Amino acid sequence: MDKINLELKAKQIRRSIVKLVHDSKSGHPGGSLSATDILTVLYNEVMNLGLDEKSNRIDKFVLSKGHATALYYSILASVGLINEEDLKGYRKYDGFLEGHPSNKIPGVDSSSGSLGQGLSVACGMALAKKIDKDSGYVYCLLGDGELEEGQIWEAFMSINKFKLNNLISIIDYNGLQIDGNITHVKALDSIKEKVQSFGLEVIEIDGHDVEQILNALNNAKKSNIPTCIIAKTVKGKGVSFMENKAEWHGKAINDEEYEIAIKELV
Amino acid sequence: MMSTRKAYGEFLVELGAKNENVIVFDADLAKATCTDMFREKYPDRHFDVGIAEQDLVGISTGAALSSKTVFASSFAMFLCGRAYEQVRNTVGYNHANISLCATHAGLAVGEDGPTHQCIEDISLMRGIPGMNVLVPCDEVSTKKILNLSLEINGPKYIRLGRNDTVDIYNDSYKFELGKSHTFGEGTDGTIFAIGNTVAIALEAQKLLRDMNKDVRVVDLYSIKPVDKEEIIKCALETEILVSIEDHSIIGGIGSLISEVLCEYYPKKLTRLGVQDKFGKSGNYQKLYEMYGITKESIIKIFK
Repeated sequence: MDKINLELKAKQIRRSIVKLVHDSKSGHPGGSLSATDILTVLYNEVMNLGLDEKSNRIDKFVLSKGHATALYYSILASVGLINEEDLKGYRKYDGFLEGHPSNKIPGVDSSSGSLGQGLSVACGMALAKKIDKDSGYVYCLLGDGELEEGQIWEAFMSINKFKLNNLISIIDYNGLQIDGNITHVKALDSIKEKVQSFGLEVIEIDGHDVEQILNALNNAKKSNIPTCIIAKTVKGKGVSFMENKAEWHGKAINDEEYEIAIKELV
Repeated sequence: MMSTRKAYGEFLVELGAKNENVIVFDADLAKATCTDMFREKYPDRHFDVGIAEQDLVGISTGAALSSKTVFASSFAMFLCGRAYEQVRNTVGYNHANISLCATHAGLAVGEDGPTHQCIEDISLMRGIPGMNVLVPCDEVSTKKILNLSLEINGPKYIRLGRNDTVDIYNDSYKFELGKSHTFGEGTDGTIFAIGNTVAIALEAQKLLRDMNKDVRVVDLYSIKPVDKEEIIKCALETEILVSIEDHSIIGGIGSLISEVLCEYYPKKLTRLGVQDKFGKSGNYQKLYEMYGITKESIIKIFK
């Protein structure tokens, strides 16, 4: 897919996110819209979604910021791992698309949702690949606020210790969490320096530039040192009234807002 | 005469030779949990994540979700307590095929005291949907239960101890998920026990016989799923029911048996165990006396 098609694809995913959160009257639009370009590139251009002889996915993905399911399921539907029709059941009693990912859902490699736990799981998957001399990669998407969980840093230490250069972590650095700015809520700054000091290589990119995302992922794959991509993003990206507003972390979209948002995403 | 943790170490060494897919995780306690025995033989398949139990649970689960045969160990306090939510949401909700083998359970930790004496692990683990909970009491039962765990596809919690144990079983015994072992056929009463208290219950059984009381002892080694039929049978056939455990009576086997009795055949049960208190430093046998986890406490009930 070229740049224009990736951007069009990302726009389509954003429309799907807005629709899912509107239709289910709940969900997390802000952090889904901020990471849309990252997952669009990852799933369409980088990951090998095939299965090996043990029915393990060749490349695995863990959504550590598990609340971004409106994005995750939209992506899974767009690459054919779940049906578009299934999206109608998102967060609903008669559907199977849980509010946070469950590994019972086709295409979901690990359940997640309680913040801070996904990177360790991704570590275990990457370690298993190393032991089995399997050439696949493991990708893990983290929220920036999620870095306030101590377990993330335990996992970074393990990534360094076990030299897991087949695990590529991506931080969706939108700067906002439920209670406000990450630098206010927990004085969370100098993320690059912090991650580097744990022995990882850091690539900083604009998380909405599909070419930068693709280059960063390809460079990370080639690196001998485990790499963390810090993707600077805008929470609520693409919908003017949601952009850079912490209140849109987890809020339903009403009919009026839906109409405006969809128009902006054409 | 061997601790269940040492039996675990020996089991891992033996299994490691037979099965290359086996990997073992620990969190800076390999010497104490006895996974160091495996590490010595198979250093490439033993992974120490450091003092980081939450990460331990996550990494172990990730490897289990990638078809490795995984054993993860720490002390019961840290594996079930510190990392409870990781065990619930990462292991349990993924229904990961993994054996969480926790050592140093209960007051039997002894000298290290209350911060290290986990008396709530059974309560915590059996509440997690889909978690299997198994408690061996000696060398043979440990190895047999660990072998059994290989046949169970899903999360397993196996409770092991620090102290040396009395040999109770020989090789002829079979251990099955959802079953139990009953010693004796007496109708005067039933003593339900797990782990260290099985030996205590058997001693009490012997002493009671001298007092012309014929009781049976049930080793409820499979706590979840539990052998409901045997509990009901004992309630129907015997007069007095007692449970004894090195665990809080809140949520342990006392609670578990009460749940079964309430539902099928309501009957009085006396629950011996830790009575809503923290532990204490000291020799564990002295602690058992202090907390009433003794043959004397059992005998008193039959007087």
